[in-house]
Amino acid sequence: MLRYILRRLLQAVPVFLGTTFLIYFMVFAMPGNPIVALFGDKTPNPAQVAVLEAQYNLDKPFFVQYVLYLKNVLTGDLGTTFSGRNVNEVFGATFPVTLKLVLMAVVLEFVLSVVIGLISGLREGKYFDNASVVVALVLNSLPVFVALFLAQYFIGIKWGLAPVTVGRDTSWGAMFVPALVIALTIYVTGMRLMRGSVIEARSEDYVRTAYAKGLTSRRIVPVHIARNSLIPVVTNSAASFGALIAGTTITEGIYNIPGVGNTLFQAIIRGENATVVSFVTILTLLYVIVNILVDLLYAVLDPRIRYV
Amino acid sequence: MSERHAEHYVAPVDDNEKIEVDSVRLGDRRSNLWIDAWRDLRRRPLFYVALVIVCVVALAAAWPTLFTQVAPNRGCELALSNGGPTAGHPLGFTRQGCDVYSRVVWGARTSLSVGMLVVLITAFIGIPMGALAGFFGGKVDSILSRIGDIFFSIPYFLAAIVVMSVLSENRNVLTIAFAIAGFAWASLARIVRAEVLRIKNLEYVAASTAVGRSRFATLVGHVLPNSLTPVIVTLTISLGSAIVAEAALSFLGIGLGSSVMSWGNDISQAQVTIKTAPMALFWPSLFLTITVLAFIMLGELVRDGLDPKARARR
Amino acid sequence: MNNVTTSVVSRQAPGQHHGPLVAVKDLEVSFRTLGGSVSAVRGMSFDIWPGETVAIVGESGSGKSTTATALINLLPSNGRIGAGSITIDGREMVGLSQDQMASVRGKLVGYVPQDPMSNLNPVWSVGFQVEEAVRANGLAHTRKEIKARAVEVLKEAGLADADRRMKQFPHQFSGGMRQRVLIGIGLAADPKLLIADEPTSALDVTVQKTILDHLDTLTRENHTAVLFITHDLGLAAERASKLIVMHRGKIVEAGPSVELLQDPQHPYTKSLIAAAPSLASRRIRGASASDDGGTTLDMARLAAHHHGTAEELHVSDAPVSIEVKNLTKVFSIRKGGFRTESLTAVDNVSFTVRKGSTLALVGESGSGKTTAARMILGLEPPTSGDIVVGGTNLNGISRKGMFNLRSRMQPVFQDPYASLDPQRSIGAIIAEPLKVHAVGDRPTRVARVKELLDQVSLPQAIAQRYPNELSGGQRQRVAVARALALKPEVVVLDEAVSALDVLVQAQVLQLLADLQEDLGLTYLFITHDLAVVRVVADEVAVMENGKIVETGTTDEIFANAQKPYTQRLLDAIPGSGIEWAP
Repeated sequence: MLRYILRRLLQAVPVFLGTTFLIYFMVFAMPGNPIVALFGDKTPNPAQVAVLEAQYNLDKPFFVQYVLYLKNVLTGDLGTTFSGRNVNEVFGATFPVTLKLVLMAVVLEFVLSVVIGLISGLREGKYFDNASVVVALVLNSLPVFVALFLAQYFIGIKWGLAPVTVGRDTSWGAMFVPALVIALTIYVTGMRLMRGSVIEARSEDYVRTAYAKGLTSRRIVPVHIARNSLIPVVTNSAASFGALIAGTTITEGIYNIPGVGNTLFQAIIRGENATVVSFVTILTLLYVIVNILVDLLYAVLDPRIRYV
Repeated sequence: MSERHAEHYVAPVDDNEKIEVDSVRLGDRRSNLWIDAWRDLRRRPLFYVALVIVCVVALAAAWPTLFTQVAPNRGCELALSNGGPTAGHPLGFTRQGCDVYSRVVWGARTSLSVGMLVVLITAFIGIPMGALAGFFGGKVDSILSRIGDIFFSIPYFLAAIVVMSVLSENRNVLTIAFAIAGFAWASLARIVRAEVLRIKNLEYVAASTAVGRSRFATLVGHVLPNSLTPVIVTLTISLGSAIVAEAALSFLGIGLGSSVMSWGNDISQAQVTIKTAPMALFWPSLFLTITVLAFIMLGELVRDGLDPKARARR
Repeated sequence: MNNVTTSVVSRQAPGQHHGPLVAVKDLEVSFRTLGGSVSAVRGMSFDIWPGETVAIVGESGSGKSTTATALINLLPSNGRIGAGSITIDGREMVGLSQDQMASVRGKLVGYVPQDPMSNLNPVWSVGFQVEEAVRANGLAHTRKEIKARAVEVLKEAGLADADRRMKQFPHQFSGGMRQRVLIGIGLAADPKLLIADEPTSALDVTVQKTILDHLDTLTRENHTAVLFITHDLGLAAERASKLIVMHRGKIVEAGPSVELLQDPQHPYTKSLIAAAPSLASRRIRGASASDDGGTTLDMARLAAHHHGTAEELHVSDAPVSIEVKNLTKVFSIRKGGFRTESLTAVDNVSFTVRKGSTLALVGESGSGKTTAARMILGLEPPTSGDIVVGGTNLNGISRKGMFNLRSRMQPVFQDPYASLDPQRSIGAIIAEPLKVHAVGDRPTRVARVKELLDQVSLPQAIAQRYPNELSGGQRQRVAVARALALKPEVVVLDEAVSALDVLVQAQVLQLLADLQEDLGLTYLFITHDLAVVRVVADEVAVMENGKIVETGTTDEIFANAQKPYTQRLLDAIPGSGIEWAP
């Protein structure tokens, strides 16, 4: 197991170098003046230009620039935002909110996936199964911003069940609606995984052997069918945790949740590209780290990988 | 053990039932994976629903004037801002007083072009990368797969945000398609690689090599055609996701310019008035959702049709 | 027809029950499929007495496994018992609820499944899965007792180090070990009946023999009745006192094993016995048993004929077609982390095959026989050694030279479901070698395909069809046709008949023999099945752990094997224990 962890961590090194390089390349090797690009629609003032030129070492050759930028990333120096705040500081203040939202969404997604997927799989081809597959497909086709608007309009405006936006109150309750919306638009993947593996597991030889041992369905369904089917669902939920940490921009923007995504959202619509790049870098690195953890989780859950 | 004499039973010999070993009985109809899948799809009503929606959207994209005579950007009067439906304007007006119906029809072209371009670029990069890595293995695989891992490790929507933010001067259908597909190909490459790895160890591939076909000819002639099933499904579904991604980027204001008809742009502009004029927000959202649903549904149905196990269970 | 509800009458307490342990009457089982209901078992009736071993023999699709699973209602969800009655130990089984059935399974009737690889849940430890069976059948109650009983069960099943291995997972066990675990689970509650559904067909013959011997001992000691399901007549006759031969869902013939083998009455049974290579091996010394004027396929006769012609041809004087000298293949296997370990799959192997003859390369799984074949076919580069085919050395051969050589040497592989590209028509598949080697134009190629289809006895109309419309045997004949397209001298047959049912296998073997005689082909026959070797080969090379341990003519090897390993393989041929009356 330890060897597996080490190998997985070593594999992450080229990925880390590659991703940072790609992000850097996208910004600084594009045609045109990167400083202008970083300012987007804004007119740069000379002081800010000087700060940026110093931060990104634009007077040096491209690869030297990248190495120096990498050094900055590694030492945790991601520059400042347009309003002059340290990026790390902003990130530190906003990340807990995002984490809370994402955790809630992932837990909801996991529960929906497991419960609906299990029932669907056990009743394959029956009414519940057909209905849940269609519902999941429709929900999955809803772009997240459309789903959020629907929630805002019906739950927030029309029926007045919950606030239209979150704002300063970042309690669990206040963020429940956006978290649920996220969960509803993404649970289809997990639910189909669960359903598919339940259907497959039901016709597995070892399940038949379990019946032949004299076990009843009450034991076989949780121990031999659900347990085996959970492996892909758990890893899928963990993967969507990573994807969501990096992908709450629109949700937090629309629901005005003061998290990392919202900061990125504001930077995008204001055209503050330097901030956009810093935040995308952080989110990508987080995503890479979560993916490593997902692989390790998979190894914990599946003994065939654990004991190589 | 009590010794009993078991009787020797012989079934009556039916003269008509001659014992033939493995005689060939061909059905009336030819059958292979694609023929069977097509037969299956034709029996499913949802397939027709999805197909009709896709065709209508394609028609609207190619010839919007078939559906509306109202120009989407001209004749917008602020006096009509967020106005309700009137004769000739069945879905009412936007905040700028433009005809919602006309804008929705013209928006199809943008969505579909972005979707199709993304699919083309994704396939063009993803299939060769995955196929070469999986088929040749060894160093080729190590290098191509590491490259793929790097692209895979940047969520494609975040990457597209960076590219589109930086490209403030050149935001058009082509750049947006490249921004999305430039990273989305990595997951297709993974799927192709896995499938090629599975196929290349089958005996018909060895038989092809033993006949004297070159490795490359075997890849193109036998391995690739048999790895296409998941590729077709993934690409159909990714056409839907690409349309969503374009709308989302436009929604963030880093997609297409506001003068371009795009469902994302319209949704973005209408969100401000969600309380007062929800319908201007509703219509482009509805068309966007239905189009995406049609593509995803098509992909899922094709997946079912191409899977003999799923077919047998129905 | 029996009314199911009225037949639930005998409610004697177990133990007081006299008469057969299992009584099956007019059993009908059907499956719901896309094309409607398909009946799999039609009017089966048979008895099993306490302590008796009964074998049901049949080809795939004969309904033998369906019958076995119907006894304890383990049918797949689309299967249904339509009519009939099943009484086990005086209790009617048809109509029992799943919960009532659970009290029968395991306790009264144990079950040993076919494939040891897929019948243990990969995510639970072996100990957990045995303990579960112990607990479910109420054999022990406290945690400690359960564990102790589980260890005992595994030890009885032949896992000496059971206590140490309880925490291990199935993938850390070999196939044979897993099968022992499954036998342990099946016998855990000391059932009165054990259903063994092809329990060893996935294992090597020597392992198979050890495990079946062990199973025999266990069931004899405990006076357990056994219902043995198998496709192998020889195996069935060796292990069971009573045979039931099934064909298309019906009993064709049933009776005491020896009597049935020596004096088969039904034409189907006769052809099955004639086609079984394991029985043929016994019979070859005697005269051919078949008396129908040669309309059925008879392996013994095929072998006799084969050896006759081989002598006539003076095979030993024929020119050498394949010569392998000091062939070695070393694979480096990645072990977790960065360590690699080298594995010598083929170790300094040498042999020759003369033109027009058949050399069988025999070995169990992992013996290196397939790797050797792949190197000869030029699909895998050797680590060292020489391969000379028809005078051409593969060592340092040019690309062009290899291309030309390929037209003179063609393979037929094992898996009929994987050896034909599913997206190509049969015609295109057979014509592929001609196309690659630019032989003839389109019309001549079409004509050649027709000719080849005739040669392998397939209708020409098949050329427009696709592989999934054909049976396994037919696909294998297509593969033979493809191999013959370029008129090669050498055909490498890699387990080419191993996946086929006996009758079909006999048919393909007959076809191969005819083709060899007509076209003067040289065969390199790779197989794990010594019984088949007896029928087809002139010479035999036995491989173990990458090395050739013994070579000789087929007669020499079978009559007088020198090496203990060869002898073990010979003894493990199913049916070798049967005394055959000539």
